[in-house]
Amino acid sequence: MFRGLARDSVRPFLVVLDLLGGIGTLFARALYLGFKRPFKVNYIFKQMEFIGVNSLLVVVITGLFTGMVLALQSSYGFRKFGAEGVVGAIVALSMTRELGPVLTSLMVTGRAGSAMTAELATMRVTEQIDALRVMALDPVKYLVTPRMIASFLMLPVLASISNFVGIIGGYLVGVKLLGINEGAFVNRIEKVLQFQDIYNGLIKAAVFGIIMSVICCYKGFNSRGGAEGVGKATTEAVVASSLTILVADYVLTSLMF
Amino acid sequence: MDAIAVTIRDLHKSFGSQKVLDGINLEVETGKITVIIGKSGGGKSVLLKHIIGLLKPDSGEIWIDGTEITHLKEKELNTVRGKFGMLFQEAALFDSMNVYENVAFPLREHTHLTEKEIERIVVERLSQVGLSGFAEKMPGELSGGMKKRVGLARALVLDPDMILFDEPTSALDPIISLTILDLIKETQLNLRKTYIVISHDILGMFRIADKVAMLYDGRIIEHGTPLEIRSSTREETREFLNATKIPGFTGGNHE
Repeated sequence: MFRGLARDSVRPFLVVLDLLGGIGTLFARALYLGFKRPFKVNYIFKQMEFIGVNSLLVVVITGLFTGMVLALQSSYGFRKFGAEGVVGAIVALSMTRELGPVLTSLMVTGRAGSAMTAELATMRVTEQIDALRVMALDPVKYLVTPRMIASFLMLPVLASISNFVGIIGGYLVGVKLLGINEGAFVNRIEKVLQFQDIYNGLIKAAVFGIIMSVICCYKGFNSRGGAEGVGKATTEAVVASSLTILVADYVLTSLMF
Repeated sequence: MDAIAVTIRDLHKSFGSQKVLDGINLEVETGKITVIIGKSGGGKSVLLKHIIGLLKPDSGEIWIDGTEITHLKEKELNTVRGKFGMLFQEAALFDSMNVYENVAFPLREHTHLTEKEIERIVVERLSQVGLSGFAEKMPGELSGGMKKRVGLARALVLDPDMILFDEPTSALDPIISLTILDLIKETQLNLRKTYIVISHDILGMFRIADKVAMLYDGRIIEHGTPLEIRSSTREETREFLNATKIPGFTGGNHE
């Protein structure tokens, strides 16, 4: 009985270890193949278009409204102290250090990460991944490496667009709508915002890009059991990626700033 | 004695407690069509995946042109896989590419041919399988039979020595099945390559087979010419032949 109990209590840890091992191995392999010829440049460009260009609208809208609501909320609070001038700085710091990278990564996970998992899972189910192997081609090189590189490159770009649009949104609400002094708004941003705030945020976005792409590819690659399996893999991939991004965000932030 | 392309010795494979392959012994002759017949879920696909190294056996040997492949690493396996083409059950066309790109894909990845030469080969292969006007179509726009034709064109495009077929007639209506079978036979007669076909479609297979192997309970219980198999007295083989239920067909139950 004790043995059964021990086995049952150990099992969840084994599952997690197995998952981490699988994801780690896939990451290492995809990275290694990224440096090996022939480089699949056209595959990378195609993924950059899908992950980056096609996510633009979603990211812009998310960034814009986040900046707008930040200005609205913070001006409500700071008006009580007569310190509305800091609203610009608050919006800029929150966007660049935190909300730009994290919200962009979560939105891209929902839009592009889920599609990665669904596509690879369908390719697994319909034997397209086996077809690559039979053709003596490495599926990781053709399917995972381009997605990982494209995510790594595009997420910082998307995050910086989100930062920029967010600050514009904050400006529109703060200055144009709520009548905060324009000079104070801009001046505070210039004073407070450091270059480090921006690039540390962008480094986080790049790391989130790798986390998202590797987890989503792993889940797609290892899906089992037909259409139901594809759906299950997609859900698991989005949940696992989002949670990992949030945890990694805390860890990275505490290390960086 | 004819040359042997593939030799399988005492191959075992289990998934969990389920024994799928229980000591397979088989020799596949070079330049012939060998059909492996067995029940659905009887391990035919598993056997085929072992031949091309997608699965590793629990024990046993597989020799391909003098190389034992079961202990090879992925990289070395890839050299062996260069000798193979494969037509998958659902054709496994890449659905992000159109028909032309699907057939051109192995050429682009494995040769240094110019686009012009690639085009010449792809056009020729597509006309061979009767799909000349379909180069620009996406796989999603094709019927099951057309997909298989494209899959066959893709399997043939690098001129492999051996081609594997996983249930080439499954999920096709009888007429389309016949055209696919005729296409398989026709290309084999032209190219003289080694074809290994797995199927449960016993009627169709007698139409194209040079040799037939019966897979039953994880073993090859009989291996011979179609004529030898038809006149077999083994109970398991008779059972399979009787199941065709076509009066007048050898093996059918025409009392």
